[in-house]
Amino acid sequence: MNALLVYAIVFAQISLGIAMICAAYRILRGPRAQDRILGLDTLYVNAMLMLLVFGIKSGSTLYFEMALVVALLGFVGTVALAKFLLRGEVIE
Amino acid sequence: MKLLPYPIASAIFLGFWLLLNQSLSTGQFLLGASMALIGGWGLAALEQPKARPRRPLAILRLALIVSADIVKSNIAVACIIIGFGRRERRPGFVDIPLELRDPYGLTLLACIITSTPGTLWVKFEEPAGTLTIHVLDLVDKAEWISTIKSRYEQPLLEIFA
Amino acid sequence: MSNVAEIPALSAFFTAAFLLLGSTLTLIGSLGLLRLRSFYERVHAPTLGTTLGVGCIAMSSIVYFSTSAGQVAFREVLIVLFVTITTPITLMVLVRAALFRDQTEGQDASRASIESAPRPRE
Repeated sequence: MNALLVYAIVFAQISLGIAMICAAYRILRGPRAQDRILGLDTLYVNAMLMLLVFGIKSGSTLYFEMALVVALLGFVGTVALAKFLLRGEVIE
Repeated sequence: MKLLPYPIASAIFLGFWLLLNQSLSTGQFLLGASMALIGGWGLAALEQPKARPRRPLAILRLALIVSADIVKSNIAVACIIIGFGRRERRPGFVDIPLELRDPYGLTLLACIITSTPGTLWVKFEEPAGTLTIHVLDLVDKAEWISTIKSRYEQPLLEIFA
Repeated sequence: MSNVAEIPALSAFFTAAFLLLGSTLTLIGSLGLLRLRSFYERVHAPTLGTTLGVGCIAMSSIVYFSTSAGQVAFREVLIVLFVTITTPITLMVLVRAALFRDQTEGQDASRASIESAPRPRE
């Protein structure tokens, strides 16, 4: 059964990697600024999930903290960018 | 000054502290409890309106309905993206008149609507109480309005009466 | 190749199943960013990853660490809660910004034309 788990981890890593490529494509291609921010939002969620999978793969609980930090900073970053689009300034 | 101005928020704070530290030892419990106390006073300084959730059974039933809906609409949106049953699809905005005014109820409704893939909270206009949502697969506007109102708003009105 | 701990077959099966489910859903959600045509459709795509995708992968992590470390570990619940609370805020601000930009620039993506056109193009 553990062989199955190893294959599942590899599959999850590959598909999350492809998902990150899709999000990165959206960031690069746009076409408009809101599409890029949406791509960034997807990218950080995917990166956070990738870290959780790394945690399972390495058996280390340290990756959990990294995932939490990525989630926090990603949220603040995307909201600040979206707010910038809304008003043209971040802090009012 | 009350010792525990926001008991629920303080309890959640303590729970998060213990979860993050992965322990139930007396030391961590005391540390978390003091953090929860200070956090509660900090919240009191912000003078937030108080949440008064009632009827734990209604909350539980709403949670079950929402989790079932999340699974269902995940599958539906996945089928739309892959392209199963390809047909003409009309995305669009729907205006829904709401009776719900409690800020916490509205927050919960925003979380519910956004968490079910395929629907998205756009804006809520305060005096008239109209909520605008965006729907990925809009078939019938009236049906969406009655679904949101009966499925989510009614239990929320009960909980935050 | 990896130092996955030896865990009982049943929990290994559940860990693997949740991993497969969660990563597949996240992948489909991100593919939606490429496949859907207009911005207002694309906004819906990442919610697949942020609901069941995060939920399933967190669940598999919970199952794995609970059995391999020998004590119940459900810290991942925190990530699920955090993502569930923050996604509506991000998407709401983003859609509002998009509507505002479309309206100020007078593009064809203003509200009326979205409602009448069956499939708006970029």
